[in-house]
Amino acid sequence: MKPPAFAYHDPATIEDAVGLLGRLDNARLLAGGQSLMPMLNMRYAFPDHLIDLNRIEALAGITEDDGRLRIGAMTRQRDIADHPLVQARLPLMIEALGHVGHRQTRNRGTIGGSLCHLDPAAELVAVAANLDAAIEIAGPAGTRMLAMAEFPAGFMTPAIEPDEMVTAVHLPLPARGHGYRFLEMARRHGDFAIVSVAVILALDPNGRIDHCAVTLGGAAAIPLRMPEAEAILADGDPGPALFKRAAATARAIEALEDAQVPAWYRRQIAETLMERALLAAHARAVEGSAA
Amino acid sequence: MSDEGCTSRSIEVTVNGRAHRAETPVRLTLADFLRLSLKLTGTHLGCEHGVCGACTVLVDGRAMRSCLMLAVQADGRAVTTIEGLAAPDGTLHPLQAAFCRHHGLQCGFCTPGLLTTLVEFLHDCPDPTEAQVREAISGNICRCTGYDSIVAAAIDAARALRDAETAS
Repeated sequence: MKPPAFAYHDPATIEDAVGLLGRLDNARLLAGGQSLMPMLNMRYAFPDHLIDLNRIEALAGITEDDGRLRIGAMTRQRDIADHPLVQARLPLMIEALGHVGHRQTRNRGTIGGSLCHLDPAAELVAVAANLDAAIEIAGPAGTRMLAMAEFPAGFMTPAIEPDEMVTAVHLPLPARGHGYRFLEMARRHGDFAIVSVAVILALDPNGRIDHCAVTLGGAAAIPLRMPEAEAILADGDPGPALFKRAAATARAIEALEDAQVPAWYRRQIAETLMERALLAAHARAVEGSAA
Repeated sequence: MSDEGCTSRSIEVTVNGRAHRAETPVRLTLADFLRLSLKLTGTHLGCEHGVCGACTVLVDGRAMRSCLMLAVQADGRAVTTIEGLAAPDGTLHPLQAAFCRHHGLQCGFCTPGLLTTLVEFLHDCPDPTEAQVREAISGNICRCTGYDSIVAAAIDAARALRDAETAS
């Protein structure tokens, strides 16, 4: 057998899962398993207890409430992509999901699992950062909300306590008719991105940029919102020259360097993708405001 | 709820239409359960960490990597493996027949995963473009064919399945 020996728990409620987390030593939560199962098979992870969340029905589902979409942590990536509300109001998410793994992994993988694994190159992590998501976390003291900006404590490390678990992600819906674009560069389809970029861009009635958000994924240890780029965009005349100037802010990021990809290459890709994404998002916003 | 958890559990899984009940160690993957416990060795294991796609099976109709699922998680579910695609009389599934016609396989190791993946894909997308087929099989690695013959087989099978649908 490939995975190391562990004791298996499959609670039916969030309360039971949180209770187990608090009482058991060296316990891991199993969501869709598309990252933890390989880690178990390869024996990178040695939990004494595995708490399987797949039986907790309250953790899955998508609802709209007061201009926000609440997506349960155990909602499968495939079900998010198929959901009419997401398709109608959060097309950025749909575009990003097309890059998440493969159909077999999207059928099983969950949004909560992806966020908690917190791979900096994960598309859903970049999208959550770009949309100013709020993460709903359950613990022994009840439920708390944490801004996505505060969620990454460091490389692949979410800022949640050992006895807490993510139960949902809340995504503020951008204005109707907004522009969006998700782009990524990977060696093969479905691979983790070398660099990805997410852009949301909304125009005011005069065609100036009313709201924009730009996020780089895969470029650094955590998803990078680009406040300098956003400030340049908020202040200028939307068009190719402005987008080029905003994209140039990618030259200053502290990029990841690994055996395959040097940091300078990530910075160049980031700048190029950001410029392309801004152009495309702006064109969609213009189209959206005309509609 | 007990804090000890369990290391073994009795599960009931319907595989290719037949119900199986078995006492199963909790750390057994679904892939190993199919191959070792049920002796259904048509499901192949390549990488065992979710990269190669060879072990893809259908769980309640959805394509999933059986190396990334525990057998206990299949309790109460319906699993379809490569052994369940052909008709009971041996008549090949239209996808299998198309793979034969187009030389969609050579060594055959990746084929069970490709076929199960494509069964789900063609169900969701009955009239795909070539690009859509390539995206659908992006999670299945084949080192023999260069993929062109697999894509041709999938497009041909899609046509056959549509024709069968209209005829019925």
